[in-house]
Amino acid sequence: MEKLQCTCGHINPPGTILCESCGRSLTKEEQNKKLVDMRYEGTARRSQTYNKSIIDKIWNFFSSVKVGVGIIVVLLVAAAIGTILPQAQYVNVPVRNEATIKAYYADVYGEIGKLYHFLGFHDLYGSIWFIVLVGMLAISLIVASLDRFVPLYRSLKNQRVLRHKSFMNKQRIYAEGAAPEDTLQKAEQKLKELKYNVTLDKNGLLAEKGRFSRWGPYVNHIGLIIFLFGVMLRMIPGFYVDETLWIREGETRAIPEAPGYFLESEKFTFETYTGEGEEEKFGEAIERVGSVAKNYQTDVVLYQTPEQSLPGATDEMERVKEEGIQVNQPLKFDGYAVYQMDFKLNELRAMTFDLTNKASDESLGTFTVDLVKPEKSYDLGNGAKVDLLGYYPDFSGFENGEPKTATPVPNNPGFLVRMFTPETPEGEVSFIVIQNTIEPLGENQYKLTFQGAETRNVSGLTIRKDKTLPILGLGGLIFMIGVAQGMYFNHRRFWIQQQDNGVVLLAGHTNKNWFGLKKDLDQVSEFASLPPYTDQQEEIEKLEKLKKEQRMEGDEVS
Amino acid sequence: MTLADLSSNLLYVAFLAYLIATFVFGGAVKGNKEGSFKSEGRWGKIAFIITVIGFLSHLGYFFTRWGATGHAPLSNMFEFTTAFGMTLVGGFIVIYLIYKTPVLGMIVLPVALLIIAYASMFPSEVSPLIPALQTNWLAIHVSTVVIAEGILAISAGAGLVYLLKVVDMNKKSKQRFWLEAIMYSLVLVIGFVIASTFFTLTDYQADFNYIDKDGNEASIGYNMPPLVGMNEYTSLTEDAMDPFFETPAVINAGKVTTILWSFIFGTILYWLIRLIARKRIAAIFKPFLKNVNLQLMDEINYRSVIIGFPLFTLGGLIFAMIWAQIAWSRFWGWDPKEVWALITWLFYAAYLHLRLGKGWQGEKSAWLAVIGFAIIMFNLIAVNLIIAGLHSYA
Ligand code: HEM
Repeated sequence: MEKLQCTCGHINPPGTILCESCGRSLTKEEQNKKLVDMRYEGTARRSQTYNKSIIDKIWNFFSSVKVGVGIIVVLLVAAAIGTILPQAQYVNVPVRNEATIKAYYADVYGEIGKLYHFLGFHDLYGSIWFIVLVGMLAISLIVASLDRFVPLYRSLKNQRVLRHKSFMNKQRIYAEGAAPEDTLQKAEQKLKELKYNVTLDKNGLLAEKGRFSRWGPYVNHIGLIIFLFGVMLRMIPGFYVDETLWIREGETRAIPEAPGYFLESEKFTFETYTGEGEEEKFGEAIERVGSVAKNYQTDVVLYQTPEQSLPGATDEMERVKEEGIQVNQPLKFDGYAVYQMDFKLNELRAMTFDLTNKASDESLGTFTVDLVKPEKSYDLGNGAKVDLLGYYPDFSGFENGEPKTATPVPNNPGFLVRMFTPETPEGEVSFIVIQNTIEPLGENQYKLTFQGAETRNVSGLTIRKDKTLPILGLGGLIFMIGVAQGMYFNHRRFWIQQQDNGVVLLAGHTNKNWFGLKKDLDQVSEFASLPPYTDQQEEIEKLEKLKKEQRMEGDEVS
Repeated sequence: MTLADLSSNLLYVAFLAYLIATFVFGGAVKGNKEGSFKSEGRWGKIAFIITVIGFLSHLGYFFTRWGATGHAPLSNMFEFTTAFGMTLVGGFIVIYLIYKTPVLGMIVLPVALLIIAYASMFPSEVSPLIPALQTNWLAIHVSTVVIAEGILAISAGAGLVYLLKVVDMNKKSKQRFWLEAIMYSLVLVIGFVIASTFFTLTDYQADFNYIDKDGNEASIGYNMPPLVGMNEYTSLTEDAMDPFFETPAVINAGKVTTILWSFIFGTILYWLIRLIARKRIAAIFKPFLKNVNLQLMDEINYRSVIIGFPLFTLGGLIFAMIWAQIAWSRFWGWDPKEVWALITWLFYAAYLHLRLGKGWQGEKSAWLAVIGFAIIMFNLIAVNLIIAGLHSYA
C-alpha cells in the first residue's frame, strides 16, 4: 500500500483516515460522514489496513474486540461447566489414579458422570484446551493493545494546533461565529485556570487535559499480561515449591525442598468451641450443628544447620525460632511458608504387652514396642524373651500366607513374635493384631495380652515457596491503576481558531463524559465571549427521532 | 434487651421502612401525572428520608451484631445476604443523591426487601468462626465484595427500569418473554419465603434414613412435606407424607423439595397476581414509568458498573487471592465459589468491551446488567446451596 499525501502536503502512513497534520478526511467514506470518528484519532491501525498475508489475517483476528469478547465468553462458559460436578482434585478416592477417578465419576454420578469424565471436564482447568483458551486471551490482549496503542500514541504526541476546518466542523462540539479581538487570550487564561495544557500557534489554540487517561486500557491490559506471565512462570521448576510434610509430635524432620532447614513438632492442638463462658452466646449455633472447630495448631521449632556443615548433618542445628502454626498464620522463613493444613489425632506410637501363661494367668513381665523404631528382641528377665520376627504397621491381610502392610503408618499394627519362656525354650510363634491373635503353628501355652497404648497427634503441613507472587501482585496493581486511569479520568480537548474575518471556530472532543466537557466549555465561553456551540450528535439524534415519528404518523394515516 | 436482640429489632425497623418507602416512591412516581418534577420531588423526598432512616437502622443492625458476635457479621448465609440488601440500599441512596430518581427506588427497594426476607430464612443465631475465618481478611474481603455487588445490582435496577419502559408488553416477543421471566423469578423468591415461613409456623418435621453416595447410612430432617425422597429412604416419622419419587444419591432431595415448594407457592402467587391485575406483571409497572428518562437510566447503569467493577476486582479477586494464599497456601484453587467470582468478573469485562468497543448501549446494556445480577444471585444462592465447596456458608 502507498503512503497517502494530504492536500496540505503532509505524507501519512497508509491506512490513515484523518490527516495527521491538518485533520482533513482522507477517504471518500469519511468525507461523507457528518461527524468524524475520533476513537483512535483517525490513525492507521494495522488491522484496518492490511488483510493479505496469513500474518495479517491472524493479527486482525486477535485485534478484534468481537473476537476478544468471544474468547472471554467461551472461557466464562467453560469455567461454569467445570463447577457442575466436583473437579478431580476435590474427589475423595482411597487410592488416587486415573482409573479410580474415572470409576468414581461413573459410580457416583452415573451416565452424566461418565460423559463429564469422557469430555475431560473433571480436570477442566488444567486441560490443554482451557490453557490454550487462556493463551488466546493473552495473545488477543497483546495484539489488540498494540494495534491501537502504537498509532494512537504517535498521533497524540505529534498533535498540531491548527486543524483544517473540515476537521473542526465534524467534531461533536462545534461553534462558529463572531467574537471579540481578545477572545483567544481570554480563552487561554480561563483554560489555564481550569488546568488545561494550552499550546498556541499563530491564530490557533489547542487546550488539552487528561491525556494520560487514554492509556488506561493499555495499562490495565499490561497488568493482566504480567499476571498471566506470572502464572505461566510457576510451571518452570524452581519458581514454585509445594510439598506436604506429615510430622508427629516429638519428631524432627527435614523440611522438603528447603535444604538446611528442620522442623520439630512439639505439640498439635485441636480445639472446638465449648459454648461456655465467653462463648455462651454461640450455644444455640453449636447445638444446631453439633460442634464447631475453634483452632488447629502445631507448635513447632525451626532449626537450621550452619552453611558449612555437611548435607544431612543434624548435630550442629541452630534453633531459629519457635512458633505456633495456625490456619491463617503460617510460619514464614527465608521465602518459605509452612501452613497448617491437615491433622490426624491419636496415631499409635507405642504398645505395651504382657507375656502371660494362658492356664495360670501368671505374668512373666511386660514390654513396650516403639511403633516407629521397634526392637528385634525384648528381654523380660528370668529367662523370658520375646523376639519380633515381623512388624506390619498397617496390616492389611495375608497374601500367600504372608502378612502384608498397606502403608508404613501404624494404623493397624500387626506383630509376628516368638515367645521364649523357661517352660518353652524353643519358643512359641504367635501373630498379633489389635483384638485378635493367631497361633499359626498350633496351640501355645503363652500369650501376649495388650496392656495399653501410647498415642500422639500428627500434623499435616504444607510447605510453599512461590517466587511468582511479587509478579502477580505487580500485575494486579498495574491492572487496578490502569482501570482507575481509564475510567475515572477523561481526555478533553478544545481547538480554537481566530480567522482573519473576525470569525472564531471552536471544536471540542472528549473520549468520555461529554457532560463534564460542556461544563468546562460553558465557563470558558462565558468568560471569553465565544460563539454559542452545538452538540452535533444530539442534533442528529433529534432529527432522526423526528423523522421516525413522522414516519410512524405517516404509517397510521395510510 | 441484649445487644443481639437490639440488633434484630433494628433489622425489623429497616425492613419496615423499606416497605413503606417502596409505596411512597411508587406514589410519588404515579402521582406525577403531567411529568412535573415538583410533585414527584416532594413525595420522592419523603420516601427518600424514610429510606435513609431504614438504612441507618440497617447499619445499626450491622454494627450492633458486630458488637454482639465479636466479628464482622459477614460469616454465614444470613449475615452475608442481609449485608447485600444493605449495600444495595446504600448504593441506591448514593445514586439518588446524584440523580434524584424516585422510580429507581420503586424498583430497587422491593428487590432489597426480597433479599432481606430471603436472608431471614436461614439460621440467624450468632455463630462462632471456624479457624479459616478467624482473620481480618474476612471483614476486608467480604465487605468489599458485598459493597461491589450492591453497586452492580443498582446497575441491574436501572437496567430493569429501562426494560420495563421500552419493552412492548402488548406484542409477543422474546424481550417480553424474558422480561416477564425476570418478574416471575422475583415472585419465586417470595414463594420460597412463604413456603419456609408457612412450614416453620406449622412446625413441620419429617425424618428419614437413607444411603448416601458413599454407600453409608445417613439421616436427614425435612422441614417441608417431602415431595422427593432421598436415595433408598426409609421414613422415621409416622404419618409423614410419602415422597413421590426417589433421587439418586448425589442429589439432596431435601433441597429439591424446598425448591419445588418454592415453585409451587411462587407459581400460585404469580398467577393470582396476574388474574387480579389481568395483565403481565411487567405490564403493571407501565403506568409508573411514563416519565422515565431512558438516557439517565442508561447512564446510571453504566456508572454503577464503572464503580462496581473495579471494586469487585479488588474484593472478589485480589483480596480473595491474598486471603486464600494466607489461609489455604494457594491464592487460587478452582473452588466453585472462586470460579463463579471469576465468571462474574469476566462477564462484566465483556459488558465493558461490548459497550465501549461495540457501542452496546441502551437496551442491550440493560439486558447485560440484568444478566450480571442474575450471575451474582446464582453465585449467592445456587453455589452456596447446591454446589458446595470450601466457601459454602450453609
Ligand atoms: C479478562 C480480560 C480483560 C479485561 C479484564 C479487560 C479490561 C478492560 C477494561 C476495564 C477496559 C476499559 C478501560 C477504560 O474504559 O478505560 C478495556 C478496554 C478495552 N479492551 Fe480490554 N480487557 C480484557 C480483555 C480484552 C481482550 C481479550 C481484548 C481484545 C480484543 C481487549 C480489548 C480492549 C479494547 C479494544 C478496549 C477499549 C479501548 C478503547 O476504548 O479504545 N480487552 N479492557
